Amino acid sequence: MTDISIEPLPAKPPRNKWLDIWTQLGKHKGAMLGGGFLLFITLGVLFGPYIWTIDPQKIDIRNRDLRPIFTALFDSDAKVRWANPLGTDQLGRDGLANLMAGGRASMAVGWTAMLLTLGIGTIIGVVAGYFKRLDGPLMRLTDLFLSLPILPLLLVAVTLFREPLRASFGPEGGMFILIVSIIGITSWMPTARIVRGDVLALKEREFVLAARSIGTTQTNMIKRHILPNVLSPIMVSATLGLATAIITESALSFLGVGFPSDFPTWGKMLADAVDRMENFPERVLWPGLAISLTVLSVNYLGDGLRDALDPRIRGR
Amino acid sequence: MLTFTIRRLVLAVPTLLFISLAIFLLLELAPGDPMAQVPLTVPPEVKEKMRLALGLGEPLHVRYWKWIVQFFWIEPQVLIDHYFGTTFAEGKLRVISWQTRSPVMDIVVQRIPQTIWVVGTAYIVGILIAIPIGIYSAYKQYSMFDQAGTFVSMIGFSIPPFFTGPLLIVIFAVHLGWFPSVYDTTHVVNDWESFKLQFRQMILPVMVLALQTTAQISRYMRASMLDNLNQDYVRTARAKGLSEFVVVMVHVLRNSMIPVITVIALGMPAIFGGAIITEVVFKVNGIGQLLITALFANDLPMVQTLTFIFAVLIVLFNLIADILYGVLDPRIRYD
Repeated sequence: MTDISIEPLPAKPPRNKWLDIWTQLGKHKGAMLGGGFLLFITLGVLFGPYIWTIDPQKIDIRNRDLRPIFTALFDSDAKVRWANPLGTDQLGRDGLANLMAGGRASMAVGWTAMLLTLGIGTIIGVVAGYFKRLDGPLMRLTDLFLSLPILPLLLVAVTLFREPLRASFGPEGGMFILIVSIIGITSWMPTARIVRGDVLALKEREFVLAARSIGTTQTNMIKRHILPNVLSPIMVSATLGLATAIITESALSFLGVGFPSDFPTWGKMLADAVDRMENFPERVLWPGLAISLTVLSVNYLGDGLRDALDPRIRGR
Repeated sequence: MLTFTIRRLVLAVPTLLFISLAIFLLLELAPGDPMAQVPLTVPPEVKEKMRLALGLGEPLHVRYWKWIVQFFWIEPQVLIDHYFGTTFAEGKLRVISWQTRSPVMDIVVQRIPQTIWVVGTAYIVGILIAIPIGIYSAYKQYSMFDQAGTFVSMIGFSIPPFFTGPLLIVIFAVHLGWFPSVYDTTHVVNDWESFKLQFRQMILPVMVLALQTTAQISRYMRASMLDNLNQDYVRTARAKGLSEFVVVMVHVLRNSMIPVITVIALGMPAIFGGAIITEVVFKVNGIGQLLITALFANDLPMVQTLTFIFAVLIVLFNLIADILYGVLDPRIRYD
C-alpha cells in the first residue's frame, strides 16, 4: 500500500493579489501619507473652486497686496483681511482662489501628460518586447530619444509652435495640447525600456506557451496575458511620470514659455512672485510648496508602490 | 577594449547626425519668421533680399548641409586658427547669429566659462557630499542617519530648482544678507578680497544645483554599497582579519564605485540642461540663459547651435560612461 499524502486544506481562502498589495502599501507610512496628500490636493483643486467661489481673475484694486491672515500674529501693522486668508496679489486677486485655479491647470497637465507618456511607452515597450523583428529598430529609436537634450528642446518647441496652436485651439487649449504632447513625446523612454524588459522575460514563461498552444491570437495574447502582468512596472513609472510632468510644466511656466499670462498655474504664480519676494515671500511660498509637496507625495507613493508590487518584498 | 571604443565612437556619428537633423527640422517646421520684427514700411522685395542675406533662400537640404559643414568643419578650423595662428578658416562663412550679427560660436565661447564654473563646482560639491552619505547610510542601513538621508534625498528629488533658488535668495540674501542674490559675471578675481566675493556669490547657485546632484548620487551610492556589502568576498575579507575600515573603504568602496562613476558621467549633461533654470534664477549669463534670450529674440541659428551643443554633450558623456564602465569592470568589455 502506498502512502497517499493528503494535502492539508488551506485554512483561509487564497487572497487576491491586489488585496495583498493594498495591505503591503498600508504598511508603508510614506506611501500612505503621500497618497493621502495627493488625493487631498487633487480633490482640493477639483472641488475647491465650488466651495471657495471667489473668481481668481477678479481684480480688486482696493484690497491689493494683502498679507496672509497669520501675519497679523507677529506683525500687527500688516494689511490682512479675513475674506482673503492667503492674501492677495498686486492686482488684488485672491491668493487661495488663484492657488486652486493654478493647481487645476498643473494637475490637469500632469495627469494628462502622464497618461500620454504611459500610453506611448507601453505600446512601444510591448511591441518591442513581443515582436522580435521590431525590437532592434524600436530600441535604437529609444536610445536616440534618450540622447536628445530634453529641456532645451522643450523650450524650443513650445516657443516656436505657440502661435499656430493658439490660433487654432484658443490660447489656453492650444497651450495645453502643446505642453502635454511635448512632455508625452519626450518622456516615454524609461517606461518603454522597463516594459520591454518585462515583456521579454514574460514571453519565455510557460503560461504564454500554454496560451499559444491553445491557439490564442496575438492580440488576445497581449491583451489578456502580457499586459496584466506588466501592470506593476507601469504603475511605478506612472508615479514617476506624474512627478516629472508636474515639474516640467512648472519649469516651462517659470521660464515664461508656458500658459498665457492671465491663466494661473503654479509655476507661473511662482515666476510672477519672484520679483517681489522680498516684501511678499508668501507668494513664492504657496505655489512652491504646492508643487514640492505634490511631487514629494507622488514620489513617496511611487516608492511604496514599488515595494508593494514587488512579490519578493511583499509578505515579509 | 580599443575595438569596443572605436565601435562606440562610430555609433555616435549617426546618433549625432540624427539629432542634428531632428533639431534642424524642428526649427524648420516652426512658423516663426525672422522678418517679423522688420517695420511694415519696408517693401516686400527688400524683405525678400534680407531673407536671402540671412541664408534663407536655398532649399532645405542645402541649408542643412551648410549648417553641418559650418558646425563640424569650419568651426574647428577657427579653433585651430585661434590657437596656432594659422589661417585655415579665413574668408569662410561661419554660423552667424541673427541677433548680434557676430559668429554664434564666439558668443558661446564667451558664455561657457560661467556655466562651467557654476555647474562644475556644483557637481563636484554634490558628489563630495553624496558619496560619504551614501557609504554611511548603506553601512548603517535603516538607522536614523539612513532614514534622514532617504528623506533629504526625497526632498532633493522633489523640490524643483526654481523653488529652492528663490527660497534660498529670500533666506540668505534678503533676510540674512550673507550672500548676494545675483551672480556678477563681470567680477574679476585678482586678490583675496575679490576671491572672497566670488566665493560668496557662488554659494547660492552651487547649493541649489548641488542639492539635486547629492540627492541622486547618494541614492545610487547607497544601493551600490548595499549590493556589495552582502557579497562573499566581504565575508572573506573580514575572515582574513582585515580591519573594518579597510574592508568597507577599500574592498567594498572600490567595487561599489563602478556603477556610481558611470552614473556621475551620465548625469553631467543633465546638469547642464537643468542649469538653465538656475542660471535664470541667479542671473548667471551662461549658455542656458543665452538659449532663453535667443529663443525670445527668435535667433534661430543661435538656438539651433546651442541645442545641438547640449546634444553633443549628452552623446559625449554617454560615450565616456560606456568606455569608463569597460575600463573599470573588465567583465563588461564586449570584445
